[in-house]
Amino acid sequence: MSLFFLKFKFKLLFFINNSRVKDNILNDPVITKNPFAILGGLVLLLLQRIGRTSIFFIKGFFSIFFPPLQFAKVLDQVYFIGTKSIFVITLTGAFTGMVLGLQGYYTLVKFGSEGMLGAAVALSLIREMGPVLAAIMVIGRAGSAMAAEIGIMRISEQIDALETMDIDPVRFLFSPRLVAAIISFPILTALFDVIGILGGYLTGSLLLGINSGIYFARVESSVEMHDVSGGFIKAIVFAMVVVTICCSQGYFTHTRTDGFGAKGVSLSTTSAVVISCVLVLVTDYILTSFLL
Amino acid sequence: MTQPLIQFKNVCKKFGRNVVLRNANLSIYKGEITTIIGKSGGGKSVLLKHIIGLMEPDSGQILFNGRQVSEMNKKERHKLKKKFSYMFQGTALFDYMTVLDNIALPLRETTYMRESKILDRVHNMLAQLDLHEIDNKYPSQLSGGMKKRVAMARALITEPQIVLFDEPTTGLDPIRKNAVHSMISGYQKKFEYTGVLVSHEIPDIFYISQRVAMLDNGTILFEGTTDELQRSAEPKIRQFIHGFDINIKQDELTGMGTKIDVDQSFMESMDRLQEDKLVFSIIIFYVDNMDKINETAGHIAGQTVVKNFSIQLKECLRFGDTCIRYGLNKVLLILPGTNKVQAQGFCSKLADKIKWHKHTELMPCKGLHVSISAGLAEADKLSCFDHLLSSAESQRIRLDEFCAISEAEAP
Repeated sequence: MSLFFLKFKFKLLFFINNSRVKDNILNDPVITKNPFAILGGLVLLLLQRIGRTSIFFIKGFFSIFFPPLQFAKVLDQVYFIGTKSIFVITLTGAFTGMVLGLQGYYTLVKFGSEGMLGAAVALSLIREMGPVLAAIMVIGRAGSAMAAEIGIMRISEQIDALETMDIDPVRFLFSPRLVAAIISFPILTALFDVIGILGGYLTGSLLLGINSGIYFARVESSVEMHDVSGGFIKAIVFAMVVVTICCSQGYFTHTRTDGFGAKGVSLSTTSAVVISCVLVLVTDYILTSFLL
Repeated sequence: MTQPLIQFKNVCKKFGRNVVLRNANLSIYKGEITTIIGKSGGGKSVLLKHIIGLMEPDSGQILFNGRQVSEMNKKERHKLKKKFSYMFQGTALFDYMTVLDNIALPLRETTYMRESKILDRVHNMLAQLDLHEIDNKYPSQLSGGMKKRVAMARALITEPQIVLFDEPTTGLDPIRKNAVHSMISGYQKKFEYTGVLVSHEIPDIFYISQRVAMLDNGTILFEGTTDELQRSAEPKIRQFIHGFDINIKQDELTGMGTKIDVDQSFMESMDRLQEDKLVFSIIIFYVDNMDKINETAGHIAGQTVVKNFSIQLKECLRFGDTCIRYGLNKVLLILPGTNKVQAQGFCSKLADKIKWHKHTELMPCKGLHVSISAGLAEADKLSCFDHLLSSAESQRIRLDEFCAISEAEAP
């Protein structure tokens, strides 16, 4: 047991000693000896990271509204985040719907209520699966690319170059992506939902023989405006979370302590994907509890 | 003395335990080119980044026109930043944008200029920097030297008041290196910006900078004019400059001696004059219309003229004659055992020689002539170098004007 603690302490010490921010937070030599102080230091470090990401988001969000508006750049990003994701969203949407149809049918048939399949597929897609899976697919496709692109710009001094030209890098790099994501995410989610419902129809009706009239009637009768708007709200919030995390991970690549240069960019990309996936699921839970 | 434009007062900066700047004091004056020299990794780039605000000092003050930068509010800082331009050591070009977009970016983002006007200006700048047909190429498709010039175009496109150059010539061949120096100095005269240059290129930077500051171990060891630096008795400075001198005995472009050798050569000739009564003359050659050549045919052409002229000149030299590159467009010649009349004879011989050679071919540019003039002076026992040089400069004769290109090549 004591060995475990010793190891834990050693790991923490290693982490802190490697940290560049230790000068700001943990420059007291006494702190590095006390495990509670180490823990406190880590909490402060975490708060610092949360703080800088929040400031990054707020700065980027408000820059959207300051003229001159960056229409061309937003359009570019809508193409990159939205249009180019259509294929992958269609594909995953179709298979998600199909598997929901399959699973739903065999569960419902036990209760003799396979007629409810339309409602089950549509509601689970529109309320949960659509926004979450669409967001995760976009993280994989566009989020990782954003983190890598901005990370490389950071390590090759291109972001410094922007600053020297008096161009605000947050406004220049982050704001257009944020707007584009806020536009694209709901549309991609809607596409995911529709394709998913058609996928459910494919397995439920065409394969397993539920009457197609009943399937679509159930879809229509069970889905309310409240469900659809809830799905869209989720999509918009996910858009903000995903783009903020991915862009900020790239933007702060140079402050990483666990890797520099190309290695730093790869780590930033990995953590951008992991953190945004986790945060999508966490915010999904929080939002659902409010929306229900 | 006038108030410095930018002033460092006891600026300190450290990264972790590594102290980079220790009470650095530096003054940069308006309209001058100040070069910061010093060992690699000695904090020169850090100093430059402090000027533009990419880094903040741990302690000490940075004053701009007598006002402390840290006390300025956001608006004032923006205003201040607009005056600056920075050329990065690693060029820092946007690799996902074309050359044209790279150069146009500062204008597109920070001004309300019309697109057609922006494009005009960018094309003009590209032509001036001798960059042709690369508008739609990406930085990764360019050579190192071209990237440097594109970075320079991007730095100069906004016509800034202060330009900071972080090692603009590292990794370039002698002609292009000199061309970049010629551009920095040429545009400085044209746009009247204040230049701050970080460079290792001793002695080349002496030709273009008015002031030099030497950074050693985090402090400014020396600050003053180039002549003061060369005559400094401080052992560390001598060691640094002559360290370069041992490595670079010759000017890379012309293969001649460097400005650092001037004093020594002059002293040697003076000794011989006093002891053996061996008279000597100095001739200083100028490429008169250097600015015009730079403008019409490009800076590379300008430096090629200097190079080709030097080759011709060296062929005329006798054993014991010393020739020294004295400036971007100046060559100094010390002729021992020659009086003024003989020196004039030498000049006319040289004029005849270069007249019939087509070695000075430039880029096709119809009607462009190279004009070279020479200033002569004979030394007497009492003359000091500066007086001799100014008397030579005051008695300039036109060597000759000769055709820079063969007519057949002209468009």
